[in-house]
Amino acid sequence: MSQEQHTADKHQVGYGTYVLIWLVLLSLTVTTVAVSGINLGNFILFTALLIALVKSILVVNVFMHIKFDEPIFKVFLGVAIMTLLAVFILISFDIFFR
Amino acid sequence: MGNHVLDTTYIDFYKEKGKYSGLFSWIFSTDHKRIGIMYLFGMVIFFLVGMTLGFLMKLEMLTKGQTIVDAQTYNAFFTLHGIIMIFLFIIPGIPAAFGNFFLPIQIGAKDVAFPRLNLLSWWLYIFGGLLAIFSLFLAGGPIDTGWTFYVPYSIRTQTNVIIPLLAAFILGFSSILTGLNFVTTVHRLRAPGMTFFKMPLFVWALYSTAWIQVVATPVIGITIVLVIVERLFGVGLFDPALGGDPVLFQHLFWIYSHPAVYIMILPAMGVVSEIIPTFARRTIFGYKAIAFSSLAIAFIGYFVWAHHMFTSGMSETARFVFSLLTFLVAIPSGVKVFNWVATLYKGSIYPGVPLLYVMAFIFLFSIGGLTGLVLGSLATNVHVHDTYFVVAHFHYVMFGGTAMILFAALHYWFPKMFGKMYNEKTAKVALALIFIGFNTMYFTMFILGYQGMPRRYWDYLPEYTALHHISTFGSWILVAGLLLMFYNLLMGLLKGEKAPMNPWGGTTLEWTVPSPPPLENFDVIPTVTHEPYYHPNEEEKH
Amino acid sequence: MSEAIHSEIAEKAASSAGHSHHVHRDDFGAKIGMWLFLFTELLLFGGLFIIYMAYRQEYSDAFHLAAKELNMTIGTINTIILLTSSLTMALSIAALQRYKITLSLYMLAATILLAFAFMVNKYFEWGAKFSHGIYPGSEELTSKSSGEIIFFGLYYTMTGLHGLHVLVGIVLLAFMFVFIKRKSITPTNYIKLENSGLYWHLVDLIWIFLFPLFYLIH
Repeated sequence: MSQEQHTADKHQVGYGTYVLIWLVLLSLTVTTVAVSGINLGNFILFTALLIALVKSILVVNVFMHIKFDEPIFKVFLGVAIMTLLAVFILISFDIFFR
Repeated sequence: MGNHVLDTTYIDFYKEKGKYSGLFSWIFSTDHKRIGIMYLFGMVIFFLVGMTLGFLMKLEMLTKGQTIVDAQTYNAFFTLHGIIMIFLFIIPGIPAAFGNFFLPIQIGAKDVAFPRLNLLSWWLYIFGGLLAIFSLFLAGGPIDTGWTFYVPYSIRTQTNVIIPLLAAFILGFSSILTGLNFVTTVHRLRAPGMTFFKMPLFVWALYSTAWIQVVATPVIGITIVLVIVERLFGVGLFDPALGGDPVLFQHLFWIYSHPAVYIMILPAMGVVSEIIPTFARRTIFGYKAIAFSSLAIAFIGYFVWAHHMFTSGMSETARFVFSLLTFLVAIPSGVKVFNWVATLYKGSIYPGVPLLYVMAFIFLFSIGGLTGLVLGSLATNVHVHDTYFVVAHFHYVMFGGTAMILFAALHYWFPKMFGKMYNEKTAKVALALIFIGFNTMYFTMFILGYQGMPRRYWDYLPEYTALHHISTFGSWILVAGLLLMFYNLLMGLLKGEKAPMNPWGGTTLEWTVPSPPPLENFDVIPTVTHEPYYHPNEEEKH
Repeated sequence: MSEAIHSEIAEKAASSAGHSHHVHRDDFGAKIGMWLFLFTELLLFGGLFIIYMAYRQEYSDAFHLAAKELNMTIGTINTIILLTSSLTMALSIAALQRYKITLSLYMLAATILLAFAFMVNKYFEWGAKFSHGIYPGSEELTSKSSGEIIFFGLYYTMTGLHGLHVLVGIVLLAFMFVFIKRKSITPTNYIKLENSGLYWHLVDLIWIFLFPLFYLIH
């Protein structure tokens, strides 16, 4: 293999894609701010986190290239997120059942 | 393997001329073997310090009231004994010393993936260790919180807490970097033909451990940072006076510190899976079961942390859930033990020193594991929580388990690492002393704890006197055995006979290179064609 | 990733054992290392988010009350700044891949400037709180309810740790700028820039969650 191996240019993401994602992220930010003004009761936190989740999925997949990378990175990320999630769920057994 | 080098034509890595000479050729070396040996020496030194502290603690408990030190000093002793043994000895333990030395060789690589990062983690280890020792001599006095740093005491006590905490943070960083390095190494640097299922089981164990190191250690990092922030600025997160919740600290602390137990024990289980097939002269029974049980332990081990907190005041639901989950760990652990024993069955066993250590391990670890069930079930836990029973349990698991295997690994790989043999007879005597002393000292503690002797107390009621005497007596035998073992290895290092390439008849890659190995381990990277524990003669015997 | 590539790398990837230094390059390995490091960051902040969850459950009303003190406009502006800096970061890498080195440098400089802007905003935001007497240990704050003390404790710790990461990011990206100038990062060898980018996006990601959890409670 030549010294010229480089990983990311298997798939070069166009400038346009990045700008598009950025615009979506901005509009989601505006949405989340706007929605926070409406009294949704218990759904305030839920909506806010949902929008944050969508935003982070976009950042991870496009800006951080997970969508275009080898599967191993997806597996790794899955392991890390699942672990964090499991900890959240397990600690909830204490926090929400006191 | 087609990679045999005549002993006369190669230069071993000790003699290799590098950029630096003398001490600098070690502390600036990025060679994984040198780093492994530097870790080993650092750990042995810290172990001796920790052992001395433990010895003095037992001496203090010989008589009621003051024997040699006052209560505050005793508090500092058990805190330091814990910090040193856990953060400086047993957590870096097998991965840092033997993992660094043998992981690249066992997968047929010339070094780890990030050699400079590897050197950095050694430096962080030494720096953290020295920082912890240094904090003893500062105004305010040595830390007295216990190694668990429980709040609110750790934010109130006037002793030096911040610097040892900082030291623990730095040591955590060192551990993370080692884990990160090992995961990457296993993914990137395996020799041709070395598929995941042809890797030695020690590598599997290190790989599982490395993942825990990466995913669990940051949680203790943030916990430590928060305690420091709390002490400096009083933000209130852990301070009940300001509305904070100390139980949350315990959660975060054990989210790391329980998986840390598996950082300690998994590599030891890996070493057992190396030693048993070598000395039973047959392939391991249930290779995949053992490999996957390592991953399973790493995985389940992450989700049982709150069983350390059954009496902390957390919710009933959580107590129930965590007690249930705790019992699940027994399954993959059981899988391992059954497979080890099955490997020994009908093997042509050669009772070499490493195997004897493994036998001692299986005995001690079984006691440790079974008493763990007593602690894991809610009802019995409440009775023995925070007593000597707990102390005895985790010494059976950590000392009888991990440290015993660390010594086994030392005796198993000593010829390869140093190119010398030690006196096997003396080694056996030392093991006998350790085994007898260990049980005398710690088994009594089970009884003491069951009778109600609380841990970390400086004084005790008269009815415990006899058992405390026996336990302290046991500590003398144990220390004698340990000193004899180190003396014997030191003599081997200085005056031992030259070791052959493969003294035990091992089948993994490290036994195909000379002892000690040359600088880049292999002249030609080997091509792997069969299972790690392939004994060609085995078929004929059946 | 196929086995063939694996073994090929293994063959090529010689050691860099201190004594005989032949440099080996494994971008894929470097990226694995970087991602593993990012996971440690994720879990580090994860611990804080766990604490946040516990206290939000315990002090739900006080959190709503205390959050009124925070300036939503500054929070929103800072969100937009960080999102934009993530864009310029990604563009900087994309430009380098296309051999547009000047554009890449401009985009990187823009990222650093936006990071500075974020910190300046943060400075004024914290400064305003301090001048209102709201900081850990202050008389004003300790006279409030436990829940409010905890809210601001979390606010200062979490945004503080995040701010620290922004500062580290600024230093890191400044180094990358110099590396591109000195041609040690090139259109064919840019893993350092790519990994720094990953770090920068992570800093953005964390803010994406911090923002609604602190600024958008009403």
